[in-house]
Amino acid sequence: MADIELLPHNVPSPNTELPELVEELTTLNLGPTHPATHGIFQNVLKMDGEKIVSGEQTIGYIHRAFEKIAERRAFYQITTLTDRMNYCSSPINNLGWNMTVEKLLGVEVPKRAQYIRVIMMELARITDHLICNSILGVDTGAFTGFLYVMQKREEVYEIYEEVCGARLTTNMGRLGGMERDLSTTAIRKIHEFIKSFPPVLKELEKLLNRNRIFMDRTINVGPISVERALSYGFTGPNLRAAGLDYDVRVMNPYSSYEDFDFSIPVGQNGDTYDRYMVRNEEMWQSLKIVEQAINNLPEGPYYADAPEYYLPPKKEVYRNMEALIYHFKIVMGEIDAPAGEVYHAVEGGNGELGFYLISDGGRAPYRLHFRRPSFIYYQAYPEMCKGSTLSDAILTMSSLNVIAGELDA
Amino acid sequence: MLSNQEVAEALLEKFGDQVFDFEEPYGLLTLSTTREQIIPILEFLRDHKTYQVIFLTDLTGIHYPDNQDKEFVVVYHMHSFVHNFRIRIKVALAEQDIHIPTATGLFAGANWMERETYDYFGILFDGHPNLRRILNIEEMDYFPMRKEFPLEDATREDKIDALFGR
Repeated sequence: MADIELLPHNVPSPNTELPELVEELTTLNLGPTHPATHGIFQNVLKMDGEKIVSGEQTIGYIHRAFEKIAERRAFYQITTLTDRMNYCSSPINNLGWNMTVEKLLGVEVPKRAQYIRVIMMELARITDHLICNSILGVDTGAFTGFLYVMQKREEVYEIYEEVCGARLTTNMGRLGGMERDLSTTAIRKIHEFIKSFPPVLKELEKLLNRNRIFMDRTINVGPISVERALSYGFTGPNLRAAGLDYDVRVMNPYSSYEDFDFSIPVGQNGDTYDRYMVRNEEMWQSLKIVEQAINNLPEGPYYADAPEYYLPPKKEVYRNMEALIYHFKIVMGEIDAPAGEVYHAVEGGNGELGFYLISDGGRAPYRLHFRRPSFIYYQAYPEMCKGSTLSDAILTMSSLNVIAGELDA
Repeated sequence: MLSNQEVAEALLEKFGDQVFDFEEPYGLLTLSTTREQIIPILEFLRDHKTYQVIFLTDLTGIHYPDNQDKEFVVVYHMHSFVHNFRIRIKVALAEQDIHIPTATGLFAGANWMERETYDYFGILFDGHPNLRRILNIEEMDYFPMRKEFPLEDATREDKIDALFGR
């Protein structure tokens, strides 16, 4: 065997000076098109190993200048802009906007239309929360639950189709009422949904609520105290998870919410698990409201007697001169609204959705500002995920339910 | 239930002629103040023992190009959960001197709302920790929500429809 010359290992002799270790933070770009952000917005995170040291958000990727566009549009044409804000619960945006304009015009909507609106808004809230909670499951590794409950969202979308003809961007409701009465099919489908939804929701609960893995991943993840939440302008389920029972439906009832019996769930710690649980319970409460509303649906007209604002039925337009004139004027946007200044808020899927409308007496708003809950509470995100790991930060974002459309408007 | 009258009187007593133009459009107490007094007023309402107007609901701007020396208005919406009481406070600013103190020291949530208002109107919030554009690109050299940038008027009649495929 030949001698093998052993090369000296590159070991520094004890006398050589070691280079000094430099600690550096890693910059991680989370987004803008990362699947875990569930929308287009970017987070530039500074990481120390796996811990997040600080973060900064960049938003505005789908900014569409709705507030500017609205300044040239007739009031009824703005409903389609509101669809595209929180697209997980468009009917709430649409009907909230219609109620704002009705407040400006002083139009009183009949009881039946108000109840139909409540049904649609609560169904929308169920779909909104259902998506948020099941996606939270996906982010913790439970994919099946998400696909399973999608089927129920589909059923709600079928109800939307019956009521307004569209599924996602609904453009639901008209100034002064609804565009059509609830059809027998719609009523049947709502009853079917009330019957078939609870078992599905129970199964989702069974999958997640007391699941050891899910609890370990979510409890004490991304907590926020109620003081900080108020300072940051949190509303909706995220504020209620922190422990304050503020709900616009109860505090400033609109569209006959005072007629219904429901409770507001609150959490304690404001962490991801509490946000999940609050949304989960709210779905039960929403279902309760839908049930009460459909069973006590009042008889009567489904639109207000306000011919200058409410688009007349087509049958009238063809036969009646006056209806034809109003039809033309409304469609061309020739109807002037009174001058005034209105702030109207509804409880959106994510919190207080406010419409600040200034009219100078023209056909379009002089200024319209949307108070978008996602936009306001998302700024707390770096504070909430500071010191946590990346995987926890994903869950925090998911449970906040930031909707990119609402964030950017 | 807190009445508009009660709060208006308390504000008049505390701030005298620095608060003016009291209105109640659709039942919501609206008043104006000067930019020197806006932060003291917000602080007074927030820290008041009984009113507890602790929540900044909304902050935005409006542009009135025809109002000489009052071209811009910053609007604050506040809410007291204890009394279910809302109040709207306005501050008028001149275009030449478009500065207003920031409310980020009082409400953490004012940060992005002020950035959005700056982005839209170019209103400068003095003391803001990070006053950059938020929704539009940073290279943008104008403020799009100002009225001097109108969108096309949907009612104009001087266009030939055939050229536009209509």
